[in-house]
Amino acid sequence: MTTAAVAPATMPERVLWKGNEAIAEAAIQAGCDAYFGYPITPQAELLEWMARRMPELGRAFVQAESELGAINMALGAAATGKRVLVSSSSPGISLMAEAMSYMAGSEVPVVLVDVMRGGPGLGSIGPSQSDYLQLVKGHGHGDYRVPVLAPASIAEAMALVADAFELAERYRTPVAILADGALGQAMEPVVPEYREPPRRPSTWQADTARGRAPRVVKSLILRPEDLEAHNRDLQAKYRSIEEHEVRWAGESLDDPEILVVAYGTAARVARTAIARARAAGLRAGLLRPITLWPFPTLALRGLARHVRAVLVVELSAGQMLDDVRIAVEGLAPVAFHGRTGGMLPSPGDVVTELRRLWSITEPVNGRHRPQRGRRPVPTEPTLATGHGEQLDEGVAAEDLPALAEVWR
Amino acid sequence: MTTEATGAPAPPRILYQRPRALVDKSTHYCPGCGHGIIHRLIAELLDELELAQQTIAVAPVGCSVFAYDYIAVDWIESPHGRAPAVATGVRRTNSDAFVLVYQGDGDLAAIGTAEIIHAAARGERITTVFVNNGIYGMTGGQMAPTTLLGQKTTSSPLGRDPKLAGYPIPISEMLALLRGVDYVSRGSVADPPSVGKVKAMLKRAFEIQRAGGGFTLVEVLSNCPVGWGMTAPESMAHLAEVAETYPLGVILDRSKGIGPGVDPGLSTRLAGRAEEAPR
Amino acid sequence: MTERSTIFAGFGGQGILFAGTVLARAAMAEGREVLWIPSYGPEMRGGTASCTVIVAEEAIGSPVVDQADAVVALNPPSLAKFEPVVAAGGLLVINRSLIEAEVRRNDVEAVELPCTALAREAGDDRLVSVVALGALLARRPLVSLASAGAAIEAIVSAKRPQILEADLAALRAGYEAAAVETVPA
Repeated sequence: MTTAAVAPATMPERVLWKGNEAIAEAAIQAGCDAYFGYPITPQAELLEWMARRMPELGRAFVQAESELGAINMALGAAATGKRVLVSSSSPGISLMAEAMSYMAGSEVPVVLVDVMRGGPGLGSIGPSQSDYLQLVKGHGHGDYRVPVLAPASIAEAMALVADAFELAERYRTPVAILADGALGQAMEPVVPEYREPPRRPSTWQADTARGRAPRVVKSLILRPEDLEAHNRDLQAKYRSIEEHEVRWAGESLDDPEILVVAYGTAARVARTAIARARAAGLRAGLLRPITLWPFPTLALRGLARHVRAVLVVELSAGQMLDDVRIAVEGLAPVAFHGRTGGMLPSPGDVVTELRRLWSITEPVNGRHRPQRGRRPVPTEPTLATGHGEQLDEGVAAEDLPALAEVWR
Repeated sequence: MTTEATGAPAPPRILYQRPRALVDKSTHYCPGCGHGIIHRLIAELLDELELAQQTIAVAPVGCSVFAYDYIAVDWIESPHGRAPAVATGVRRTNSDAFVLVYQGDGDLAAIGTAEIIHAAARGERITTVFVNNGIYGMTGGQMAPTTLLGQKTTSSPLGRDPKLAGYPIPISEMLALLRGVDYVSRGSVADPPSVGKVKAMLKRAFEIQRAGGGFTLVEVLSNCPVGWGMTAPESMAHLAEVAETYPLGVILDRSKGIGPGVDPGLSTRLAGRAEEAPR
Repeated sequence: MTERSTIFAGFGGQGILFAGTVLARAAMAEGREVLWIPSYGPEMRGGTASCTVIVAEEAIGSPVVDQADAVVALNPPSLAKFEPVVAAGGLLVINRSLIEAEVRRNDVEAVELPCTALAREAGDDRLVSVVALGALLARRPLVSLASAGAAIEAIVSAKRPQILEADLAALRAGYEAAAVETVPA
């Protein structure tokens, strides 16, 4: 390196990369043997990247006839022991629920990327987090869970792709990466560093019975007694995942008066809002779940004891909110701010919520409780309508809608 | 029993035995059901062509969901109708495997129509055994897309009326129009000569796959004595009537110049720029 | 807060996403953190388009900008939509070739240039957003002009090297026009 470059010579070469493309390449570098997809906004670039790269590497790529086709091709390839990625966005993810249930039941590892968009129905193509309930709570039929990883930056998404393959193979389970349209469409500089998880020796896959007894990869277990035993095994596996695989990140957690819980793009909005609030003297902190299942319940509960309120911020009408309430167990009031339909909350929106929450709660004996008889604590979702609301103590919500429209 | 004391007996001449690829167990199929015959034909061919250890098979949802209990190869269970997509995933990542798909008519011709058509159109190098008994057997004998006009089922109690339920789907003929398909035929298990023809059809399809050909499918008209409300012999005899709606024979054998897809004009037009379907 | 946000807005075909990408690449080359995000919509030629570029010294938080430090408006709907978003004391770059409306804000700095005409002089109407980027950098040195030029070269050389000179000329034209223009009191 010469001094011609402005960048410090020690900085590794970075590339400016779109989220969807970075996820695709990270999967390739993680050893993905096969990709199956179907065009849908806002994840089409992922499909397009794979369409070019996989064949040139001699790996499998099929643009399927539907998301049903794509996820079932993934099932077929993964059931033979291959490392498989499949991706879609919310409406397509709905179609994939069936095969996800089969793969959970037959314990077939696969990684599913959901670049969420606004719903319900055909909805919009704007960024959203409205698939939380769909993926985190099980997706298809039956008693099953899948680990759900939620990146908040493109670099993190790339790292989580490799982690997702590793988790999937370690626990023989589908794993979901829950991103949103903003992350998929944005570009950020990333260091093109990759990780290829080692292949685990496995003895379950149906890859021809050469020199061994035939195997069957299936989820049909017709005798209720046997199926219950299988479910017990699955649940034991899920408890193990809950015990070992919880991941979360925190910011400004030394002394928060108000704890914000948010993931993905919402967490980035919250982060800016927290910085602004702190600059104005309001001490807020951020707990950002990286695994949505298993949810960082215990970490959140520990923090909730010491704050005067918890604020959940989502790009939804309040889907993670239930898990936060379960974790908080009434130790602090839980408020909610969300935008839906492809709209994003702005940092100003969140600052307004923080100030409002601060104004209606106060610390008591080192532990913070809501004031009573003055104003009801917003334990029900207070979904932002986009219109300023005059609040007590002269705290006015900032004008929301014009700004959020930027992201439509 | 031979005994050494009596000297060397003539070695027994085996006229009939269980194929090695057929598991030695009783099936769950109803008495008289044709699935058992078709399973046996497949197992015989897996033995004869020495394919069992190279096979990855995909099981459907329907009466034949338990095929994996009877044919001794590696199996993957598919969601209802999705077997051709599952097989596509297997095919694209296991180039050396022999990929076999077993589907019934509800699975293939109703819920899985999109999957079978697109697997065929892509020319996936897989062989589908399509068992058509004109009924949903496992769920209690409801009308299938292949049910004959006038046929009574539990969901067409007055007989299939085209005004209400449309017409039987000749899906094999439809598939034979696709450029990615190399072989389609229709046989029947009505009697021993017919069974022999089915075996020849299956063998042809298997060999085309082994030779690197495109999509192959053998439809087998089979019986469902319980669903049809008949004795087993009656149901076998009834297959002649079924064959009036679904004519027997080779529908497409591309390399032998048989079938609509090999009409020179049509195939040239359909082939377009991509002369070779993906393998 | 060291984040500096710029919104580029105009018709599809005016090179909005390209200008944003140039700024993002230049910022990356200078060792900054940067985030580029488009307003993505159903594929339609000629529709309105915008993108936001945030340049910072540290990891970037919100991709949502409620107060932009600069707005580049290349057509009338873009000015109407984004003028209110400019932060007090922020910069508004306006394409006077297409926009007749007056600036209503009196608390922002406005650079009003015939960007389309300048682009035509440089060689191609479609370089209008590159002209505007030059103007932006003259007033807000988010990245150096040299870095922006290098970013253009890196992007364009691979695909359309024949238009590189026109691109660089457009960048300079915008920069020089904005550098000499006086700021309204």
